[in-house]
Amino acid sequence: MLGSIIAFLVYLFILTYLGYLGYKHTKNTADYLVGGRQIHPLIMALSYGATFISTSAIIGFGGAAGTLGMGLLWLTFLNIFVGIFIAFVIFGKRTRKMGHNLDAHTFPELLGNRFQSKFIQGFAGIIIFLFMPIYAAAVLKGGTDFIQSHFGIAYEISLLFFAAVVALYVWMGGLKGVMYTDAFQGIIMFGAMIFLLIFAYNKLGGVGTAHEQLGALYQNADVQPQIEKLVKGGFRGWTSMPALGTPIWWSLVTTIVMGVGIGVLAQPQLVVRFMTVKSNRELNRAVLSGGIFIIMMTGVAFVVGALSNVFFFNETGKIAIAAAGGNDKIIPAFIKTFVPGWFGIIFFLALIAAAMSTLSSQFHAMGTAMGRDFYQKSLGKKGNTILITRTSMLLAIILSVVLAFLANKLDASMQIIATGTALFFGLCAASFLPAYLSALYVRNISTKAVVAGMIAGFSVGIFCIFFVHEKEAASLQLCNLLFGKTSIVKDTGLAKLALIDPIIFSFPASVLVTTIGYFVSKNKNSESHINNCFNGI
Amino acid sequence: MLGIPDPAIWLGYLLAILSVAACIVYSVRYWNKSDDPLPDPSEKEKNWEKVEEKINEML
Repeated sequence: MLGSIIAFLVYLFILTYLGYLGYKHTKNTADYLVGGRQIHPLIMALSYGATFISTSAIIGFGGAAGTLGMGLLWLTFLNIFVGIFIAFVIFGKRTRKMGHNLDAHTFPELLGNRFQSKFIQGFAGIIIFLFMPIYAAAVLKGGTDFIQSHFGIAYEISLLFFAAVVALYVWMGGLKGVMYTDAFQGIIMFGAMIFLLIFAYNKLGGVGTAHEQLGALYQNADVQPQIEKLVKGGFRGWTSMPALGTPIWWSLVTTIVMGVGIGVLAQPQLVVRFMTVKSNRELNRAVLSGGIFIIMMTGVAFVVGALSNVFFFNETGKIAIAAAGGNDKIIPAFIKTFVPGWFGIIFFLALIAAAMSTLSSQFHAMGTAMGRDFYQKSLGKKGNTILITRTSMLLAIILSVVLAFLANKLDASMQIIATGTALFFGLCAASFLPAYLSALYVRNISTKAVVAGMIAGFSVGIFCIFFVHEKEAASLQLCNLLFGKTSIVKDTGLAKLALIDPIIFSFPASVLVTTIGYFVSKNKNSESHINNCFNGI
Repeated sequence: MLGIPDPAIWLGYLLAILSVAACIVYSVRYWNKSDDPLPDPSEKEKNWEKVEEKINEML
């Protein structure tokens, strides 16, 4: 415990110093832009990666791999191919140019200015402010679960401690000079995950042997009674995909893999990162380190999460979820039980780092969504913007903590963190992605088409979350209250729909409505505005 | 492959690694390519930086 406290204080000191350095550097440089250009692309990529990857990915999705198996590696593939390659190359370069052309500083502002619509900016701002706390709560829960498990402190106290550390970091200037601090946090995360990968494979006798042991576990007579419920849901072992069309298959493929894998493209806190990059050359270079960083984060978390079953079974005779006492407790319990004590401290710091780098950007996005996007730009109010922005950020922090508190009351066998994260990612994909893609690539699309697409995607998504997708609808209770069942399609011929993630309906709905709108409505934005948007693109 | 019997799993494993390889190849291939005149940032970019700084100050 004492070692953890000392290491934590040293870490905070370094973080503060780096934040100060970054801040001072930008203040003292005569031309901020030139100074900014000196930032190495590696720093940018680490910063982007640290913002992208949080305790949600490592603890939540790592735990999901512990329960559902290595099928989650498809998410790693999408994280790299979509979240880095397509995001940087297809979206990043144009976003950077257009963001500068339109003087956009937030994601809603980029869409609002591109389509000359206050409604779009305000609508996007409200969605971010209201729903991003769910994602922030998932990130908070990940860190809290680890503190609770590793130090044996009650969940509520761990949550308050963790939230206080993050709030302190934001208050100390976590939003300033953020590139350096994020990069430092990225390095800690990278080092910790490399160790974890080597440790796990080495202990189990190498890559192939480790996987074979994991595969054999499914057939083990002692394991069969423990996975009875999972098998009924379609589970076929940790090294096999679940049976096609079963509840677990739908959950793995539509919620975990597709929801997050596609939703990453329209994440407001990540989109703004492209605008801070100084040239396309930096984006080209950052693709390299970004790809390597992501595979070392989610790839390792998912492989180790799945392999933890072998460790737990050999030690306790139980599979990971049973031994740890819940899906989100698997990675924390694994670290506590099997890795050397000193690494527990490093991993604790890595998780704090992963959470802080993500949370600070989330709070930034939520604060500006309400203050700048909704209040100042959409409503056209002047004055009090600083107060509104800061109050919004504080409200967002409080709301996130409350949601993280409530999340602990849910059924522990559920993938709570992963589901919460996927919910927000899916909602972003449905509400923003067709609009974002149109903004960057379709010159003569009308504002009406984009607005209609956004409303359609958001509405279908929300309807499915509250009334159709049973996993969420059951927890939210509204459907039960109005219709007396956990999904409106339950006990009907369409019961299977209750298993499918909302993104499968909401995203195509948004694409379809935007496309129809493109053909039936006339673009009224002036030619000079369009030319300004696409200047240099 | 890799001790994993189900092709749908090892394919995911392999594609994750291959996508990193693709990132590396792309990055190296376009390491110095940029469509921007690096030493002379445009007025728009300078203005953008100034406003960005103000927003961060506000927060």
